[in-house]
Amino acid sequence: MQIEGLKRHFDVSPPWLVRMLERRDRQIVQAVDGIDIAIAKGETFSLVGESGCGKSTVARLVVGLYTPTAGRIAFDGNDMGKRRGRAQTSALRRRLQMIFQDPYASLNPRWRVFDIIAEPIRAFGLAANKADLEKQVGNLLRQVRLTPADGRKYPHEFSGGQRQRISIARALASRPEFLVCDEPTSALDVSVQAQILNLMMDLQRRFGLTYLFISHNLAVVYHISTRVGVMYLGRLVEQAATDTLFKRPKHPYTRMLLDTIPDLDMTGRQRVPVAGEVPSPINPPSGCSFHPRCPFANERCKLERPQLLPVEGGAVACHAIEEGRIAVEERTYATSR
Amino acid sequence: MSARTAFAQWLHHAADSDIWWSFKSSTTTVVAAAVTFLIIAMAFLAPVIAPHTPFDPGTLSLSDGLKPPVLISSDGDWSFPLGTDDQGRDVLSSIMYGTRLSLIVGFASVIVAMVLGIGLGLISGYFGGTTDAVIMRIADVQLTFPAILVALLIDGLVRGLISSDRHDEIATFVIIGAIGLSFWVQYARTVRGSVLVEKNKEYVQAARVIGLSPAVIMVRHVLPNVTGPVLVIATINLGLAIITEATLSFLGVGLPSTQPSLGTLIRLGNELLQSGEWWITVFPGITLALLVLAVNLLGDWLRDALNPKLR
Amino acid sequence: MAASGKSALNKAPLLEVKNLRVEFPTRRGTLLAVDDVSFEIAAGEVLGVVGESGAGKSLTGNAIIGLLEPPGRVAGGEIRLEGRRIDNLPYEEMRKVRGAQIGAIFQDPLTSLNPLYSVGRQLIETIQTHLPLSAGQARQRAIDLLKEVGIPGAEQRIDHYPHQFSGGMRQRVVIALALCAGPKLIVADEPTTALDVSIQAQVIALLKRLCREHGTAVMLVTHDMGVIAETADRVAVMYAGRVAEIGPVRDVIKQARHPYTEGLMGSIPSLGHRSERLAQIDGAMPRLTEIPRGCAFNPRCGHRGQRCLVERPDLMPAGSSRAACWLHDPRGVGAAAVGELADA
Repeated sequence: MQIEGLKRHFDVSPPWLVRMLERRDRQIVQAVDGIDIAIAKGETFSLVGESGCGKSTVARLVVGLYTPTAGRIAFDGNDMGKRRGRAQTSALRRRLQMIFQDPYASLNPRWRVFDIIAEPIRAFGLAANKADLEKQVGNLLRQVRLTPADGRKYPHEFSGGQRQRISIARALASRPEFLVCDEPTSALDVSVQAQILNLMMDLQRRFGLTYLFISHNLAVVYHISTRVGVMYLGRLVEQAATDTLFKRPKHPYTRMLLDTIPDLDMTGRQRVPVAGEVPSPINPPSGCSFHPRCPFANERCKLERPQLLPVEGGAVACHAIEEGRIAVEERTYATSR
Repeated sequence: MSARTAFAQWLHHAADSDIWWSFKSSTTTVVAAAVTFLIIAMAFLAPVIAPHTPFDPGTLSLSDGLKPPVLISSDGDWSFPLGTDDQGRDVLSSIMYGTRLSLIVGFASVIVAMVLGIGLGLISGYFGGTTDAVIMRIADVQLTFPAILVALLIDGLVRGLISSDRHDEIATFVIIGAIGLSFWVQYARTVRGSVLVEKNKEYVQAARVIGLSPAVIMVRHVLPNVTGPVLVIATINLGLAIITEATLSFLGVGLPSTQPSLGTLIRLGNELLQSGEWWITVFPGITLALLVLAVNLLGDWLRDALNPKLR
Repeated sequence: MAASGKSALNKAPLLEVKNLRVEFPTRRGTLLAVDDVSFEIAAGEVLGVVGESGAGKSLTGNAIIGLLEPPGRVAGGEIRLEGRRIDNLPYEEMRKVRGAQIGAIFQDPLTSLNPLYSVGRQLIETIQTHLPLSAGQARQRAIDLLKEVGIPGAEQRIDHYPHQFSGGMRQRVVIALALCAGPKLIVADEPTTALDVSIQAQVIALLKRLCREHGTAVMLVTHDMGVIAETADRVAVMYAGRVAEIGPVRDVIKQARHPYTEGLMGSIPSLGHRSERLAQIDGAMPRLTEIPRGCAFNPRCGHRGQRCLVERPDLMPAGSSRAACWLHDPRGVGAAAVGELADA
């Protein structure tokens, strides 16, 4: 999976008539403003950031729910934006599926679980006959630790965690190679979250899946990913291998996010409250969009937008790091509870 | 599983459902449902149970004209329990046949409005943009005219286009079309609103990720999830449509006196009200009022029962 | 009760909840959503109440502030504030207690504020309802409160409307609103859940400071163990409507005494060590309609014995905490129970 210069802008202007009457300009939200990511086969790449940073938009762009304003998404060498025949589009879509955040909204409440899971199989014509279809759905249900008998029930008869399993089974139904997971556990209780994360890791090993994992929970990301990208206001501010990012974070925003992880290990570390909130993406700050909240910002940060430059094991978009104004600190965490 | 046990299971399921429970626990609703059922049964069994066939001129005799109802006056005749009109037609039988026509027009125009409204609402909500704007502005414009005016307009238009004797033949269809066209807006708006909510839900996005076409997604995923509010409007609209038809017929632009609905009966009787023959207009009036009231009460209950917030 | 931090030693508890039961009558029978819950909170103490959704933690909070949504009702037990019973007060009386002595903070700041009035008007109204202050004094107090909860430019911001504040700032306004009459107890129900992580830390720091400076007791209801770990002095872990374990926060986190708490702690991903798999508790919390006999956790418990299947454990001393588990009873859990554990 190759993403280059991906941009997606949303027009949030009031209707034309209102705009004319009130003499207002169009308002554009730059939800995703030029990001480059390469995801290798079999790895888990995570995107983290606060709400409104554009990470969910990236997920939807990748599976084709939105079309990019600019940039290119290529999957296994195939440009997703290129027009091609129905059969070819369908063949590409089959290999790319998505798991959604809200297990209560992602399953059609009027459908039986069997039909929900069977839908992709039918749509891509993957079953030879009815018996084959039933066998496949039964196997999928077993793979997510449900029973084939559960197929006869409706979604409301299941708990949140079980619904997320059904959602995973549906995503696996078309035998995809790449799964986009948009906050798959954030609506679940922690003990159920652990079940789902373990299941996802098991499935990845078993089927050689590649994940694009979207989350705001750094601890979850730490466990599941091989590489992590940190997003802020539509841009990638840092990306690195998981260990590097957590042990030697570079961008001040990444450090801030790490500081906000609650200290469950009772090491006495205080969560450092960070001043300020995420600015509106309609009018992002000039220069580096993080500068109003950044303790290291100087004049250059206010004026010039930093580029993502390679550093050890990853890349960072920060003038202070580039100039060596701030040192990279080593972080350690309690190893047991 | 045999069909019989499947049905038994369904029955068991239905008897256990929240809707049935809320139905049972509301006396008003049960009475309203009983009244509606009785009136509908009476209307559609008219050819079998009506004592006379009032619109077959061969069976009429002017000597039976203007007989009062039996319970009111000793001049009454037990073969005309609710009296007769000036042509000697039995009022009870007229009501049975008239109600049948009123109900047919009511149901048919609700179906026309529903099909039109749901279709346009789905298209409007799912595609958005210019399509949405055009459909919704048309709806806005139509909403500024009262439904009765729209129906009058359409009816007048058809009358202008075809000769009056042909018009009587197709009067039923004209009135169904006219009422249907004047009621579609409410469905379109409701469906559009529900579609806007549903289409952003993740199950619809999941269907899009699979690559299903918009038409398939609308029919298979979105439509089943917007039926609740539509059902409520349809029930309430049934009452409205019957009233509208009665009003049009009362004004003389609806169904002709050769095939009178309740509204036509009320109009015909109204002309004789001054001379003291009140029963010809009052009994159809009571039937109409009962029917519409019962249907509206059912609609109100359905709205509350389907609204999870009020449960 | 074991020492619960700083102040609880020789003082009578500020809030005392004894054998609280909350029921929901439904047409399929009565659901027992909160079952025999007892705890105490001392002045100046933060008691965390954690549990998964449906464990009854929010209902417990709502019962204390007298805002159970019908048809839910307190069906048994007592709630005492400074020794005075408050669970059976008439609505008007309870309303006074709620404003003056108990403050409430809810998850979504938008629903706690009226969008049509400026925040100043809402604050002043609340202050004047509970304190005998003139309009000018009340306004001054409102400004002081906004300053106290860290809203910059309080003098100007007081006349702004809720929508002109960001999410974090709105939650601060709600906290100011809860503080209006100087309550002795604040019931905070998921106060940080709707906020971004960086804002969460700000709000938590604020709550802790207020608690320290005013001696206000806080009942902090949340599903987020991280928030509890940083804020609470003691913590009560709820499961299926009952308290599974209660004790000093450090002990509960580091030396859980109830198998459920242990599993819960293990399933929280930590930054310390990375393993192939996270620890997980299989199965799910039972629905209120199908709570098993004996210990409600028994179908998911690796330690269960015959006794757990039939006899329901009450809270009993376990180290410095108290846990509702037969493991801590001299007679133990009984013979090993046979049969499969709940599947994942």
